[in-house]
Amino acid sequence: MTYTQTTPEQGAADRGPTGTRGDVDDVARLLEPDGTRVPDTDLDPWITDLSPHELRALHRDMVLTRRVDAEGVALQRQGQLALWAPCRGQEAVQVGTAHALAPGDFVFPSYREHGVLLGRGAKPADYVLAWRGEEHSAYDHTTINAAPPQIIIGAQSLHATGWAMGAQRDGSTDVAVAYYGDGATSQGDVNEAMVFASSFRAPVVFVCSNNQWAISEPVTVQAKYPIAGRAPGFGIPSMRIDGNDALACVAAMRWALDRARRGEGPSFIEAVTYRLGPHTTSDDPTRYRDADEVEAWTRRDPIARLEAYLRAEGVLDDSALDEVARAADALAVEVRSACIGATTRSPETMFDHVYAEPHAGLDRQRAEYVDYLAGFEK
Amino acid sequence: MTALTLGSAINAGLSQALENDDKVLLMGEDIGKLGGVFRVTDGLQQRFGAQRVIDSPLAEAGIVGAAVGLALRGYRPVVEIQFDGFVYPAFDQIVCQVAKLHYRSNGRIRMPLVIRIPWAGGVGAAEHHSESPEAYFVHTAGLRVVAPSTPQDAYVMLQQAIASDDPVIFFEPKRLYHSKGEVDLDADPADAPPMHLARVAREGTDATIVTYGAQVRTALDAALAAEDEGLSLEVIDLRSLSPIDMNTVAASVRKTGRVVVTHEAARQAGVGAELVASITEQCFAYLEAPPQRVTGHDIPYPPSKLEKHHVPDLDRILFAVDRVLERETPGMPGGASASTVEGGVR
Repeated sequence: MTYTQTTPEQGAADRGPTGTRGDVDDVARLLEPDGTRVPDTDLDPWITDLSPHELRALHRDMVLTRRVDAEGVALQRQGQLALWAPCRGQEAVQVGTAHALAPGDFVFPSYREHGVLLGRGAKPADYVLAWRGEEHSAYDHTTINAAPPQIIIGAQSLHATGWAMGAQRDGSTDVAVAYYGDGATSQGDVNEAMVFASSFRAPVVFVCSNNQWAISEPVTVQAKYPIAGRAPGFGIPSMRIDGNDALACVAAMRWALDRARRGEGPSFIEAVTYRLGPHTTSDDPTRYRDADEVEAWTRRDPIARLEAYLRAEGVLDDSALDEVARAADALAVEVRSACIGATTRSPETMFDHVYAEPHAGLDRQRAEYVDYLAGFEK
Repeated sequence: MTALTLGSAINAGLSQALENDDKVLLMGEDIGKLGGVFRVTDGLQQRFGAQRVIDSPLAEAGIVGAAVGLALRGYRPVVEIQFDGFVYPAFDQIVCQVAKLHYRSNGRIRMPLVIRIPWAGGVGAAEHHSESPEAYFVHTAGLRVVAPSTPQDAYVMLQQAIASDDPVIFFEPKRLYHSKGEVDLDADPADAPPMHLARVAREGTDATIVTYGAQVRTALDAALAAEDEGLSLEVIDLRSLSPIDMNTVAASVRKTGRVVVTHEAARQAGVGAELVASITEQCFAYLEAPPQRVTGHDIPYPPSKLEKHHVPDLDRILFAVDRVLERETPGMPGGASASTVEGGVR
């Protein structure tokens, strides 16, 4: 389902999804839930060159993401992490969109985008330390071109837009990507970001993972109308895709990135997916949703779907799957050891980096606290 | 030296910064063709182009949030919030993002952005156009907060703020926009006193008045009037509200033993409360009388016909000076001593 833009240049075109059902199957896809490849005229052109090697990499990163995610939940349950926000069920949109990126692009993720960060090259063994409470952000954003995970819902959409305005002024073809969920689309920041992006034709892609739930609130509390249908009102073309179909996610992202690189400005992707787990390890989804619904979405699993397709295509076999499973387990061990071996930094370091330059008042407080602590050592 | 208004001095500072560093860009509402509602950015878009002097959509969170992204991309954005009372939609971006990204990223991300805010009252404006929200920002770790009171300081401190790798909230006292002063346009901001240092605006020996922004002018007027009564008042222009240059403040209070703090903002949990607390901690043994605060009342900014009763004027400052000097106010029978008119009248 593509919603076309209604910019002055194009004149009044399709004004959006009037008459569309807006349900979870009212989406563009290339893989049916059972892995059957289906055609889509909007998406097909964008993945014709996807090689078996790239397809395997896509699958592999999805499996790794799921394994890290499972490890995150387990480590929280064992008291090694303070909190974890599971992404199980959302691997296709996270990994698929990240795979379409170029190294110079810059992503602005929310806190649940483990697959995006993995795709950008962040080491899970590093970034779990943030979930342990050792750091606020535990990867080097400059080396992987990813902003620290955003916790304030939707705030990063503006950062992405501003970054894109900068890239535009630099005359580069770099693109900024804002990742957020369905709940974020109610935020003022997200809507302001669409205004800025549209007015300035900023090279930014908005990727909304509509996982059906904002903690306990169903997406119908945020939107009575398909979320992708809002973007054309801002002058931003959008696609509503099956977010559990990795091929559709790669294709839609390539479409959006290509527009941005050609100077055509922002695009919006609503990836319809599902959060199979709780909002975080502190959440109890049995209080607000039925097991039947979760069960139904389990049958639309993004990894099983891609696996079925790749097996049918002869791109993946048992031995390749075994190898991926071993790599995933090894990564989980790495994550676990990083947690268990983590040391908490010394308390005076909490005064570091509040400012880039000296600040007399804070320097005094730090000195006082260091003296206070030193008193215990005497 | 050139005689400039404070507004023109800021314009000159912006112009200089745009010329010196092509990563500097301006963004705000009506700052382009119009030159800003106070004309502070007059002519800059014409000179530096719409790519660098950007008329933004009417969305303050958007302006500040987009500036965060521009800073991440290597720019040094200087954004204008049109009026003090319009900053609140951007509050989340300022407090949660601008102030914390450097900390969150362990110093990897710098936020060299300046948020200019035409500020405070005394100009007969409509509601939401005369506010003094500085305490919110002073309370927020990660921000620097400065407020010049002279054209020279406005010119230099603005360039220092733009050069700083920390985010700076730059409060411009709008009732001084049209006040003139001599400005050394050749002054090198790197050689000038750094913006975090306070300035002794007038030396004196009997009592200290600590203030900032447009109140510096009022305090200086009060000191001049007190001179007629044989009083020698020292006036400290803080210039920076975060950090506060307590060395300069404490040195003055230790010298005079008596202190009045004045600002336009409401009293409760204001900058004056912080100042008096720090003065008490650092100068307790030197104080001859309880410090006094002369502030806006703890009310929303009143309708402009009443603002002269809200913004502390010369007489209210001198009344407080009499309290700290434990003397009767001339013409006011029964002027009480500082010990009976307590410091924190509620």
